Amino acid sequence: MASRHLTLGRIVLYAVLAYCVLYYLLPLTVMLFNSIKPLDDLKAGNVMSFPRSVTFAPWVKAWNTACTGVQCEGMKGYFWNSVSFVVPAVLISTLVGAFNGYVLTMWRFRGSNALFMALMLGCFIPFQSILLPMARTLGALGISQSVAGLIFVHVVYGIAFTTLFFRNYYVTLPEELVKAARIDGAGFMRIFHRIILPLSGPIIVVTVIWQFTQIWNDFLFGVVFSSGDSQPITVALNNLVNTSTGVKEYNVDMAAAVIAALPTLFVYVVAGKYFVRGLTAGAVKG
Amino acid sequence: MGALSIRKVRKSYGSTEILKGIDLEIADGEFLILVGPSGCGKSTLLSMIAGLDSITSGDIHIAGRRVNDLSPKDRDIAMVFQSYALYPSMTVRENISFGLEIRKVPVAEREAAVKRVAQILQIEHLLDRRPSQLSGGQRQRVAMGRAIARDPALFLFDEPLSNLDAKLRVEMRTEIKLLHQRLGTTIVYVTHDQIEAMTLGDKIAVMKLGEVQQFGTPREIYDNPANLFVAGFMGSPSMNFISARVDEMGSGYGLALENNGERFVFPAVNANGEMKNWLGKEIVFGIRPEQITQVGEGATNGHVVRQALKIDITEPTGPDTLVLAHVNGAKLTCRVHPSFAVAPGEKMPLQFDLSKSVYFDPATEQRIL
Amino acid sequence: MAMSQPVARERAGLMDMVESALPKIVLAPTFAICVVFFYGYIIWTAVLSMTPSRMLPNYEFVGLERYVELFSNDRWWLALKNLAIFGSLFIFLCLAMGLFLAILLDQKIRAEGAIRSVFLYPMALSFIVTGTAWKWILDPSIGLEKVIHDLGWTAFSFNWIKDPDMAIYTVVIAGIWQSSGFVMALFLAGLRGIDDSIIKAALVDGAPMPTIYRRIILPSLRPVFFSSFMILAHIAIKSFDLVMALTGGGPGFATDLPATFMYAFSFTRNQIGLGAASSIIMLMIVVSVVVPFMYSELRRSDRG
Repeated sequence: MASRHLTLGRIVLYAVLAYCVLYYLLPLTVMLFNSIKPLDDLKAGNVMSFPRSVTFAPWVKAWNTACTGVQCEGMKGYFWNSVSFVVPAVLISTLVGAFNGYVLTMWRFRGSNALFMALMLGCFIPFQSILLPMARTLGALGISQSVAGLIFVHVVYGIAFTTLFFRNYYVTLPEELVKAARIDGAGFMRIFHRIILPLSGPIIVVTVIWQFTQIWNDFLFGVVFSSGDSQPITVALNNLVNTSTGVKEYNVDMAAAVIAALPTLFVYVVAGKYFVRGLTAGAVKG
Repeated sequence: MGALSIRKVRKSYGSTEILKGIDLEIADGEFLILVGPSGCGKSTLLSMIAGLDSITSGDIHIAGRRVNDLSPKDRDIAMVFQSYALYPSMTVRENISFGLEIRKVPVAEREAAVKRVAQILQIEHLLDRRPSQLSGGQRQRVAMGRAIARDPALFLFDEPLSNLDAKLRVEMRTEIKLLHQRLGTTIVYVTHDQIEAMTLGDKIAVMKLGEVQQFGTPREIYDNPANLFVAGFMGSPSMNFISARVDEMGSGYGLALENNGERFVFPAVNANGEMKNWLGKEIVFGIRPEQITQVGEGATNGHVVRQALKIDITEPTGPDTLVLAHVNGAKLTCRVHPSFAVAPGEKMPLQFDLSKSVYFDPATEQRIL
Repeated sequence: MAMSQPVARERAGLMDMVESALPKIVLAPTFAICVVFFYGYIIWTAVLSMTPSRMLPNYEFVGLERYVELFSNDRWWLALKNLAIFGSLFIFLCLAMGLFLAILLDQKIRAEGAIRSVFLYPMALSFIVTGTAWKWILDPSIGLEKVIHDLGWTAFSFNWIKDPDMAIYTVVIAGIWQSSGFVMALFLAGLRGIDDSIIKAALVDGAPMPTIYRRIILPSLRPVFFSSFMILAHIAIKSFDLVMALTGGGPGFATDLPATFMYAFSFTRNQIGLGAASSIIMLMIVVSVVVPFMYSELRRSDRG
């Protein structure tokens, strides 16, 4: 469309883009810069001023000794909390989604499509409408303020998305593959293991990345279904930042925010294109 | 009891009936073709023979066993699909031996089978490649190899040549025929291409809208079609159908015809007593294009008549030229030698071999004579 | 003759029956989850919303009493008003921004991939992180206001985040920053999916670019508008994390949204009946947006 030569139009275009890029990078740079400033530097200047001296003390403090409410043990415990429920929840919900998608596309039966449509509701429920019953149920099961409870909740409400992803992907595989395998004598599990799974690489990556991002970044389930030692890092970060006691140590807060953001940012940087695929895959069919 | 026995088989999806009662029986080693236009139910029938689709009512027996309740893997069958359905993540070798692997055939036997099959189909050099690295024709061969390796009682082919280009299709057709001669296994082959049906089959079942219109050898189907549909479906270019009134002619009957304003009568050859019921009424007269040629040597006996017709269009095909005239308002295609064809608009003397003419009831479309 | 003799039998065995039931067995847990944890819980919440429950459930049926209480609550009305303001601005500006960025990026830019990554990375962050970062940027004492002051314009004031009337707009700003990249990705995919030959035909016909955009390109992006609208609406109605991190619902209750209201009343103020009622209203709002959309999508795919 536009010619590739350096016309006024192109210059304006790049200028506008550059401006937008700066706007989008702003918060991240703010967090990074301010997390390495000594506190007086920060107070004297503003969020966008360049560090006059650099220190990594805020990072150490954020990790080890920052105060989140009553306790002062930094983010590290909560970081590992998040890891301990995110990993199982991602693995389980992905596995279940894969099997569901497989059945819904290759082994359809009467009512299976209706079940799929009913399941899709799960992508739309505002979670506020299930918080109260879930809180009672977790209490009754004895896993109420624990990591196990968080795993449970994230798996239950993640299955709708993972099933959607796998189903939309498997629907593009030819049914004749399964027919040929059945004639060859393969059964349900063998067909999944030897034929479908080897073809599932891309969608597994997309699903894992999507689930990881959603579950790691979640706050609502974390704040409602956990407390104290079992809280995820997002809740801990919020507590840290909102504690009203003492001096506001913005630099420590920022360091803590970056720590909380690192895993998903890292995944994004490394495998970003799959992330995009996940967004568009989930979004395209509602 | 033959190799495959289909008795009163019906298939419905909900309230829609797809197959309305199919009865077919073929002997061991025969090559059965299921042919018909799309929607006739041939692929559904094949699916049911394979066990991929359930049978609503009726029985299917393979090699003497009733297989209605058996899953595909227990029916001792193998299938070649239109899209080949090769397993993308496996090599050719693994594709071929997959079925054997599942049946726990020992490694040495499996390798021997792969080798044997590869030799027959000339794909030895492809054994370590993946399907994505193969051409259409090569994939076709691997698909057949996978079927042959299991040495089943019955082969099923579902339009295997539809995805190939015309030239390759002709080559592969011959290969399939050679394979059948060599292996002698019973085959059920679905196609919509009537040329494949004629060249490959020992027996043909022409299907339409869930019913078998006619079941017989290629020769029977071609020379003695049971109804209008079969007559028109088999043969290319297809049979000419002319609506004509039956008149008395000498001691027998004749058909009243007209071309370009000129009237003439052809004798109704092969007519028997039946014809008198049609005196004065219109029937459909069928004659194939190759039975209408340029005038040649040879006596004009009772079955051969000559008539000049005004030609409207000519279509040179290379070996012949098809000339088109209009008789009784209907198109008449005639197959003549290129050097005799006249230009459009001119009149051409033509020779009609009426010995194979057929007649149909215009209302029921069934063959009268 | 046959290398491996198949079992010569005619009846389906036990293993066969298990095998054919396997697909249903596999889906069964998910089915149970769906019934219990989706639909069942919603019904449970609806039941709770019709009880006088305070700290613990009390299943005495009191009809719509909680809803009356809810709609007599000023804070709830403020939350709904905020949702309307936030929702409409958020959706509209995200769509506009997303479309704008997509059109820019569609112009065969060098380093398009890198620039696209920059616009999208906010989606990878938790709303808590986003809220925290923007909280400092918008804070008058160290944020934007201070930056401008330090540059010399001491008269500049930007303390929206502390101003009860303007605070909700700060939520809009942070929300757009987070979600517009996603909309951009959808629009970019949509733009790339447009058949080039239609554009070429229009150019040959002599149409100027703005007209081509208006009459050809934008209309063919309709499905993307709809999908994006639905997803953005969904995000807006659920917004909880962002508000908690950015303003904590404040100053006072000025940036309350239905989601924060529900949390406060259910878990902090121990009025779970009222909380349940508020969450049912939230559900109804979501349904009223999603259902017409799904219905029109289904209609379109039936016809198409």
